[in-house]
Amino acid sequence: MASIDLPSPGTQASTWTSPGREQWTTVLHSWVTTVDHKRLGILYVGCGLVFLLIGGAEAAMMRFQLFFAQNDLLSPQVFNRFFTMHGTTMVFFVGMPIIIGMGNYLIPIMIGARDMAFPRLNAWGFWMFLFGGLIFYFSYLGGDGLYAAGTAPDVGWFAYAPLTGKAFSRGNSTDYWVLGILISGFGSIAGAINMITTTLSMRCPGMTLGRLPLFVWMMLIVSGLILIALSPLTAAQVMLLFDRFLGAHFFDTQAGGDAVLWQHFFWFFGHPEVYILIIPGFAYASEIIPVFSRKVIFGYPIMVGATCAIGLLSVGVWAHHMFVVGLGKGTAIWFAAITMLVGVPTGIKIFNWVGTMYGGKLHFRLPMLFCTAFLFQFLIAGLTGIMLAAAPFTWQLSDSYFVVAHFHYVLIGGLVFTIFGAIYYWFPKVSGRMVNETLGRWHFWLFTIGFQMTFTTMHVQGLLGMPRRIYTYPAERGWEVWNQITTAGVVFQGVGVLLFVIALIHALRRGEPAGDDPWNAWTLEWSTSSPPPAYNFAEIPEVRSRRPLWDLKHPDDPDWKYE
Amino acid sequence: MEFPRPALPLAALSRTSGFVVGALTAALPVAMYAADASSTQTPSIFDPRSTQTTEILAYSTLVLGICAVIFTVVTALIAYAVIRYRARPGDDGREPAQIYGSNPLELAWTVIPVVVVVILALVTARTIVDLQIDERPEGWMPVTAIGHQWWWEFHYPEFGFTTANELHIPLSDSTSGRPTFLTLESADVIHSFWIPRLAGKMDVIPNRTNHAWIAPLETGTYVGQCAEYCGTQHANMLLRVVVQTPEEFERWARAQQRPAVDDPKVADGRATFLKTACINCHTVRGTVATGRFGPDLTHLMSRATIGAGVATNTPANLRAWVQSPDHLKMGARMPAMGLGETDVDGVVDYLITLH
Repeated sequence: MASIDLPSPGTQASTWTSPGREQWTTVLHSWVTTVDHKRLGILYVGCGLVFLLIGGAEAAMMRFQLFFAQNDLLSPQVFNRFFTMHGTTMVFFVGMPIIIGMGNYLIPIMIGARDMAFPRLNAWGFWMFLFGGLIFYFSYLGGDGLYAAGTAPDVGWFAYAPLTGKAFSRGNSTDYWVLGILISGFGSIAGAINMITTTLSMRCPGMTLGRLPLFVWMMLIVSGLILIALSPLTAAQVMLLFDRFLGAHFFDTQAGGDAVLWQHFFWFFGHPEVYILIIPGFAYASEIIPVFSRKVIFGYPIMVGATCAIGLLSVGVWAHHMFVVGLGKGTAIWFAAITMLVGVPTGIKIFNWVGTMYGGKLHFRLPMLFCTAFLFQFLIAGLTGIMLAAAPFTWQLSDSYFVVAHFHYVLIGGLVFTIFGAIYYWFPKVSGRMVNETLGRWHFWLFTIGFQMTFTTMHVQGLLGMPRRIYTYPAERGWEVWNQITTAGVVFQGVGVLLFVIALIHALRRGEPAGDDPWNAWTLEWSTSSPPPAYNFAEIPEVRSRRPLWDLKHPDDPDWKYE
Repeated sequence: MEFPRPALPLAALSRTSGFVVGALTAALPVAMYAADASSTQTPSIFDPRSTQTTEILAYSTLVLGICAVIFTVVTALIAYAVIRYRARPGDDGREPAQIYGSNPLELAWTVIPVVVVVILALVTARTIVDLQIDERPEGWMPVTAIGHQWWWEFHYPEFGFTTANELHIPLSDSTSGRPTFLTLESADVIHSFWIPRLAGKMDVIPNRTNHAWIAPLETGTYVGQCAEYCGTQHANMLLRVVVQTPEEFERWARAQQRPAVDDPKVADGRATFLKTACINCHTVRGTVATGRFGPDLTHLMSRATIGAGVATNTPANLRAWVQSPDHLKMGARMPAMGLGETDVDGVVDYLITLH
């Protein structure tokens, strides 16, 4: 804070506290009015984690219902609302805010900038996201109107027409689904525009595109995908509102509308969305694995290329969600082939991460533990993805528990594991405190064991013919024992997540001071203090390679000689 | 009878080597479990009983085999890196050699996966072309299946009758019988037709006509259910398929063609049935009941279950159903008619004469 002193709201000396004791109202006011990218990043991730707990509780309730065949813990209506809320929450109100929040916090610091390009748009984006989430959950009170004591949407996170039409979805519960996502979607689009602009125009001297940390590269591509993918969803949702309120018939099959049209719109958003969520996981792994292997990332250019390739391919694979819609042979063959092709750049990434580990000195601290599990689990996720791309196999697997297993391997085994790793990795920077390693290890092992119990078995239920989204099943199907293992795993995961929360609170209160660079890392965020000052850098840094701190630490053998 | 017989060049490979590798991972525990599945009703996809599902399994086993090989190799690489290169205690703290990349290696792990993908895509294309049949081949038996919230209507145009939830079809192995060609339509929202051991999924979409086919290889009863979320009772939109010998099937179809039994002993119950709103939704052929919204009841007692499989078709369950469908199947579209005890008894007495 040597050179800059701008007394505007939200720009206190430190991200967390101001010197001296202040009224809680002052603190609250400073957080609500903040335009600091770091505070907004913390707000995004913090809200995402709260929604994670809510969505997780919904999942746990569904699993307890399915523990016994013909169980009557939950009524079908309550169960159907839970899976709708769970899926929508996890994608739009957990995944999206956490990846955007991490990008918000880290992109400016990693490229040597003092804030995002549009700080106020940034704040607007966050509050739109939160507003959308609150509207979505307000449906529990207001869905059918307060007279009916409210109901949440029960149309599934994919909201297939014509189940969402006025004829089949009375009241306003579906409207809460539409509006919650629509509004938070504006926030995501604002975030994406901001990340793109920041990356393209705010880089410090010497930070060419070829020297961007992989994290920033990948978030750039993710931001592009957000712009491409979210807009069609928003458009389709507006069309659905027209159907519901203005008597339009886009998806109203009873008046000649087209149910399949909605699916094209939805999956043209929905499949890139999967990559929007998983590429940030790649981004975290691409920062963490090199540091804890003590080696430079293996094959930086091809990692960037592979990410671009995934981004491009991801907009051409949506109809693999529609292999059983009856689209015709040619369509099926095309989408099967393109989807399988995604395996190539994804495989390149896995090989390059393992290549980074080869010949290194691996330190299995918390972030690396989670990233190692991620490598293994994401491999399985990728392979089941190949199976699901194999259209005739999917005639059996589609809409079965196998699919549920597959995408939870992607989104938990891939994304949530790397998010945990990333939080353990950057928490010392954000808070200035180290997380207790023992607590973190208990979290890791309980969560990993629970995850495997829950989702490995789900593959089996699917192969044994159990469809998704059923609140009950006949006892004689032989699925019960598998469902019981699945549900038992939830308990382990729940305790693991509880320990995670405890570990973070413990670290905030009594964590060891972290220092500026606890992991002996190489990117710019570790060159400033922990937590960073409001303006990040007293002097704008100048870089000559992809690992500026390596150059600083090894003046005799700097990176720029080799790149 | 000529069956689509995909002469996959790799099918033989998939059945032998592929299966061995595949068995090591997913298939083995599942197959073991499926082995005792015959005593239960587990609709395992590893236990196919039709031409199509057998071919799907052969193809799937090849895919599983390839994936199992990749899994083994990459897991071994990861495990090796984790074990071999972990930092040892007493490490000198010096940084390891920095390797920035390797063109030959990166080329290798680009080109090899591309080759695998090309092979897999070609086999996939061939399997799709062989197994997806969009027009009814000459001589196949047509059946129209209509999805409703939350039950199935089956219409047999050749015989001119309609039934519900339990699809009867003739055996059709390579020596005898005729395969069944299904036309799938929806009366309301999207459903999906799936009998894992007999037919892969095909969605049932309003304003659209899809097709499925079954060439069953063994008699018996096979279970399936709606596979696309379709509202409150999606879970209880169950399906049973009864595969019969051609002679048995013929006998069953002839019986279904007859109009409903008119037993004078239950004239009171019958009168109650015909004068309440039951007839707005249900058909009993030979009476004034011609509703189409609910299942055809002409031969109700020839079916093993009621409520699309939610309960066995016993007089006690029928009574519970007539009195309050919600009690057995919460959210079911059939309303409780608010009949008095005597009227309920009468209606049930009438229904159980509908053989």
